[in-house]
Amino acid sequence: MALTVLYFARLRENLGTAQEVIVGQSNLTSVAVLLSFLRARGAPWQAALSEEQGVRVAVNQDLAQGHTPLNDGDEVALFPPVTGG
Amino acid sequence: MRVQVQQADFDLTTEIAALRHARPDLGAVVAFIGLVRDMNAGSAVTELTLEHYPAMTQKALEAIATQAKHRWDIEDVLVIHRVGRLIPSDQIVLVAVAGAHRGPAFQACEFIMDYLKTQAPFWKKEQTPQGAHWVEARNTDQAAAQRWEKS
Repeated sequence: MALTVLYFARLRENLGTAQEVIVGQSNLTSVAVLLSFLRARGAPWQAALSEEQGVRVAVNQDLAQGHTPLNDGDEVALFPPVTGG
Repeated sequence: MRVQVQQADFDLTTEIAALRHARPDLGAVVAFIGLVRDMNAGSAVTELTLEHYPAMTQKALEAIATQAKHRWDIEDVLVIHRVGRLIPSDQIVLVAVAGAHRGPAFQACEFIMDYLKTQAPFWKKEQTPQGAHWVEARNTDQAAAQRWEKS
């Protein structure tokens, strides 16, 4: 099981990373489980990915919800609410 | 339907001419242009940087334009969104909708902008005399998008 996780905008800055590959975590079966896994890393992850921050998620470039399932090879993007236009 | 994400500026006259080319069936073109303002949330803005998620941006904008084409009786849609560094008065986004009649074209244009603002993966970072900060999403934008779900 390998997941590519991308971070954008304020999340990328607060976490100091734009991208990582998470391997060998076969229990990461949904967006919600992945978020819990990342928050459990402690600061700054817990703060940056807290509910109040309003983290948005896309799986394979489509907006996703907590219950959205994850599969081997998926690209998961985490970002703040969008502000384009 | 054409969706473009680019650093370069765009020219309204050129873009509308291309949209209208060889289409004598068109009776209406509605265009919206979003601009960089020199003030936001009480702070002077000297510069704006637009970040995006390249792999998703095109797909998200095309999905929004396709939804509009299914929902309203319109003929064509053009969306151009700029990324990178911009300064006040610069053009950020162009949404143009062409159709036989103005009603559906007006509605589709507003729908596309409302959905673009809440679903397309762009983020603005403003430079102000007090420093740089990420622009916060606005509840009014969320509400504007949600009203299309009811009607």
